[in-house]
Amino acid sequence: MKTEMYSDLQRKIITITLLVSFSPLLVLGATIYYQFANTYREKIRDQISYRAGAQAEAVDLFLKERTAVLSVIAATYDFEYLIQEANLAHIFGIMNTSAGAFVDLGVIDQQGKHLAYVGPHNLKNLTYESERWFAEVMNSGLYISDVYTGFRRFPHFIIAVRRQQDRKNWILRATIDPVVFGGLLRSAWVGKTGDAYLLDQNGVFQTQPRFDGQVLSNADLDTALFGTGVTFFEMEGGAEGSRLYAGKWLKNKRWLLVVSQEAAEEMTGLFATRRLEILIVGLGILAILIATIATTRLTVNRLKQADRRMNKLNMQLVQSDKLAALGKMAAGVAHEINNPLAVIIQKTGWMEDLLEDEDFKTSKNAQEFKLSIRKIEEHVERARKVVHNMLGYARKMEPRVEDVDVNATLEQTISLLENYSRTNNIEFRKELAQELPILAGDQARLQQVFLNILSNAIDAIGKDGLIRVESELTETAVQVRITDNGAGIPVEFQNKVFDPFFTTKSSGKGTGLGLWVSYDIMEKMGGSIRFKSKVGKGTTFTINIPILLPEKK
Amino acid sequence: MDRFRVLIVDDEEDFVETLVNRLNRRNLETTGVGRGEEAVARAREQPFDAVVLDLKMPGMDGIETLKEIKKIQPLAEVILLTGHGSMETSIEGMQLGAFDYVLKPIKLEDLLVKLAEAFKKKALHEQKIRDARIKGLTHFPEGSGRPEGGEE
Repeated sequence: MKTEMYSDLQRKIITITLLVSFSPLLVLGATIYYQFANTYREKIRDQISYRAGAQAEAVDLFLKERTAVLSVIAATYDFEYLIQEANLAHIFGIMNTSAGAFVDLGVIDQQGKHLAYVGPHNLKNLTYESERWFAEVMNSGLYISDVYTGFRRFPHFIIAVRRQQDRKNWILRATIDPVVFGGLLRSAWVGKTGDAYLLDQNGVFQTQPRFDGQVLSNADLDTALFGTGVTFFEMEGGAEGSRLYAGKWLKNKRWLLVVSQEAAEEMTGLFATRRLEILIVGLGILAILIATIATTRLTVNRLKQADRRMNKLNMQLVQSDKLAALGKMAAGVAHEINNPLAVIIQKTGWMEDLLEDEDFKTSKNAQEFKLSIRKIEEHVERARKVVHNMLGYARKMEPRVEDVDVNATLEQTISLLENYSRTNNIEFRKELAQELPILAGDQARLQQVFLNILSNAIDAIGKDGLIRVESELTETAVQVRITDNGAGIPVEFQNKVFDPFFTTKSSGKGTGLGLWVSYDIMEKMGGSIRFKSKVGKGTTFTINIPILLPEKK
Repeated sequence: MDRFRVLIVDDEEDFVETLVNRLNRRNLETTGVGRGEEAVARAREQPFDAVVLDLKMPGMDGIETLKEIKKIQPLAEVILLTGHGSMETSIEGMQLGAFDYVLKPIKLEDLLVKLAEAFKKKALHEQKIRDARIKGLTHFPEGSGRPEGGEE
């Protein structure tokens, strides 16, 4: 029941401590993580958005440059000059040196007829009258096409400018190298999962994307999601997890530049931080757990020990209180009994005296009377001895103070018992400390204590055994230990052995006063007498005699 | 020679009565009283060789009685009856001139031994006084007998 109380206490302390220390740790960890994650996401969003914006600007610039080159040439040279293919080739050469990315160059009259052409394909004399771009450029003066396959059977786009000369319109048209143009976006394929491409208004790839698609295939991306400026969003993807998208319409409003990246890749920094944080919090929890359990155990154990000490002390106090009260009572009773005993002794004595008279002597039952009187006297003597012991004249007399040699007193006491012990094959083994100080005390009383305990030891053994007698100097006392290997004291008797009249010996053999008197003597001397006993193993009595040095004479 | 005269003083009536009987039977002239005051009154009336005096009595206690008796009869030897608890008192009594003490409950044999010693001592004492008187008659006094002549 006691153990239950302690473990319950331990459980409560641990629970409360853990609750109090874990809660703030977890709240703090979660808060820091979410704050950090938000900031991190914002930063990534900014980064990708910035990339999209910058890339769109670069593409815009590219187109603007190419358009400007064409416009300048169309404005600078006459129709007649340009339709000379040699001249056109010369200019094409200059264009590609300075600006690059042009695949071919051609001049088309207002009927849509390709009059001059420089390039890898044989497109001369083709008629573009029915083509949509032709109508556009004739109408608005400048046209940049979507990517298409056209006559050439591979994806490309064209830039065309119209010039009016002598009331006639003609068109200078150039094809942009899809490889160079694609390379412009490829430079934005960042990391392992970064992608960048152009889409037209219908979501058709205008450049080769890095993943999942071909030029002119559909991108599965709703272009209506993108508004003005840079648009950013995250989209749940398939097995790779979600992707982050940022897109910006180019200045011509027909092409959409999209930059995308797998969210996981961008988040690696965040995930690493999260792992680190979980590790730190985990270690913290572990440390708190171990420390809490360890300190709680320690505390509860200390408490247990303190309780045990307190209980022992209380028991000793109760014991000495009890003995003091019993002592007073016993002394009172002894006095009251003493007087009637005195009368009885005189009365029996008187009866004996009278039996000496002639008339009684010859009486038939004189012998019986005498015998009875002797018996009465015997038992009065027994009672008288009990009273005598109880009042113990040694106890009641003022203690004498003389020089006491503890070892010599022990030797002397043992020698009194040696004759008896030898016949019962009980060995005394003396382990006496050398150089014990001579104490000031009452040797007779000390001897009485030793005698009581040694004769108890002999009685506990009965026959064949060993009594070890040790003396030792401790800090505050001369300690005498008397150990027998006799029967031992049963646990239920252990708190009674110092009680007056407590005895396990048969009536008439022991009064039950020896240990009581010994206890009293040692207490009065300022010392102590304690014992430890185990049934079947034996008993050790420990006597502490306080160190009181004799006054120098 | 006269019989020895003994006064027993104890508040236990049965004890006194029996002890008186037994001592008388042993040819002592014994008187018993139950109180200290009574003992002092008796001492004034007649001389005693020995007084057996209980220390613990109601009324006038043993020590008081001892002092009074010693005033009246300095040569009477007093034997104190003492319990275990009154050891200190009996020591005080002996310092006041009591001859000896006997522990209660007493054995008659012990008491008889002590009484015999007391008588011997008293006899010796009286002998010395007599010798001194004789010397005082034959010599000029120098340290003459001490003025203890309370004796008749």
